[in-house]
Amino acid sequence: MSSADSTTATDDRQKALLEDLTTRLGAAVVGSHIRSGDLWVRVRPDAWLRAAEACKAMGFDYFCYLSGIDWMPHTWPNPKVIEGPAPDPDDEAALPAEEVVEEPVIEGIQSGYAGGDTRFQVLARLYSTIRHIGVTLKADLDDLNPRIESWITAYPGADWCERETWEMYGFDFTGHPNLTHLYLPGEFEGFPMRKDFPLLAREVKPWPGLVDVEQFPATYKGDGEG
Amino acid sequence: MAVTDQQRISYIASQAADARLNVELQTEEMTLNLGPQHPATHGTLRIVARLDGEQVVKADVVCGYMHRGYEKLTEVRTFPQVTTLINRIDWLSSFANEVPFILAAEDLMEIEAPPRAQWIRTLFFELSRIANITLFIGEMGVQLGAITPVFFAFRDREYVLNLIESATGGRFHPNFDRIGGIKDDLPKGWIAETKDAMRRIRGYCDELEQLLMGNEIFEARTRGVGVIPADVGLSYGLSGANIRASGVDWDLRRDAPSPLAWKELDWKVWTHPDGDSFARYWVRLQETREATLMVDQLLDGLPSGPIQAKVPRIIKVPAGEAWAHTENPLGEMGYYVVSQGGLGPFRCKIRSASFHNVSITPWLLKGVYVPDIITILSSLYFILGDIDR
Repeated sequence: MSSADSTTATDDRQKALLEDLTTRLGAAVVGSHIRSGDLWVRVRPDAWLRAAEACKAMGFDYFCYLSGIDWMPHTWPNPKVIEGPAPDPDDEAALPAEEVVEEPVIEGIQSGYAGGDTRFQVLARLYSTIRHIGVTLKADLDDLNPRIESWITAYPGADWCERETWEMYGFDFTGHPNLTHLYLPGEFEGFPMRKDFPLLAREVKPWPGLVDVEQFPATYKGDGEG
Repeated sequence: MAVTDQQRISYIASQAADARLNVELQTEEMTLNLGPQHPATHGTLRIVARLDGEQVVKADVVCGYMHRGYEKLTEVRTFPQVTTLINRIDWLSSFANEVPFILAAEDLMEIEAPPRAQWIRTLFFELSRIANITLFIGEMGVQLGAITPVFFAFRDREYVLNLIESATGGRFHPNFDRIGGIKDDLPKGWIAETKDAMRRIRGYCDELEQLLMGNEIFEARTRGVGVIPADVGLSYGLSGANIRASGVDWDLRRDAPSPLAWKELDWKVWTHPDGDSFARYWVRLQETREATLMVDQLLDGLPSGPIQAKVPRIIKVPAGEAWAHTENPLGEMGYYVVSQGGLGPFRCKIRSASFHNVSITPWLLKGVYVPDIITILSSLYFILGDIDR
């Protein structure tokens, strides 16, 4: 759709923004990525709040969202089946769910844009309604003790997002005045969005849609033919 | 008899306790529990308000009664299957939920739908906006004690729902958008019917403008109630008509690069400087009318050609991260999709508009009077599925 000229022009804006952010934060910027008119910046966790304040000073007035991500590979058989041959739907033993019963080891972490060294990352997006440009900020969190500063002082909209991330991922936001459950009942145990939290429905029954996807080309020959 | 230190301390402590009791009695605070099933909440949202007389001292919002864990569920679905789920986020404009997710997947796969598909997408996007907001502009009346508008709303929304149903097969959940295009082309005779329905919707907007906007009671109850300054709204993440009613001239349909057909149309972004409940109502009413005009233009300019790009039958999305957002009826809706080369998303963060629009209520309700709680809540306009996801 957009010509090559306009794509490079938008990427130039991202580059200038990244330069500006790097001069403000110095060595706290540890990784960055520019793709299709969007910018990702990874900052050191101790500079998380400082990054928000710098962005606010740069005119990022709109708080888009804040959330977390767990880079541990899936424990259910979603991406692994793709590599193997199509399973036979009649042969129960060949179903992928039977094979993948392994202990959750944190191996093979495949980090996303702007890199990452740890299992957990916190990410947030800010936008400028005047310059019409957005930035996604990321920071690494400790595997055992995920803890980072709260953004509430810079962007009050982070309040609910941090509460949600706290209960879903178990990240501790220091400086948040009211870190209580937002969605889950108070006595809930565990952190549901972590990859090692089992989705019981899928543990009991293998994902039916996946089998359909693999089975479809082999058996379906089109209307009236098969 | 000499007074011991022990007695002196206990005397001081009892005096202090009395003083504290007196202070508490004087304020006469009480707790008002609104919901979880109040009609103003469009679902199950609970508001616990501490009242001092008629004034709200502190309001806590309790949500999660309808939390369905979509972000977790997307991780065990394939990409084409996710649209079925996300239809149910904002159920009044389901098609609009599908579009940004599909755009994110298309961005990662580096494919683009053909122009006709983009135009039909835009068409259904605007139709779902009309279906959504017509209900709001009627419903706002019923929250304030005017019963008639809501009947008009349900009557005229039906035309739009019938149109969506006849083209997609789904009345509320079309599940019509596909990676690389759309499911079907438009049925025969649909364009003429749509033009007729748009004329009716414009008539409905005129009707409500006369019925409510000039109404003294309506104005008295909405003007100056729940004022949101632009900078506060933005820092809370308010988007859509809620922030345009605070004078922020920002609409992602115009301001964000998008493959959809908005930039080909001639239309206007409506803003209002006041930031109060009336402004929010007014902006939404104008937007509905603008959307009907956009639909007319889309029908006139609909390009011919294929509706589906070439896509492999088993859709594997290359590894990467993509953020796609659109201006949905309720505000900015976006999906942050992380793929690791699998059949399904590795992580899908759903940024829904109502979640952020409602997160301002504890700030906004501070100091307002009890009847205004309802006005403010209904003027912010949220769908519970869009908060709880």
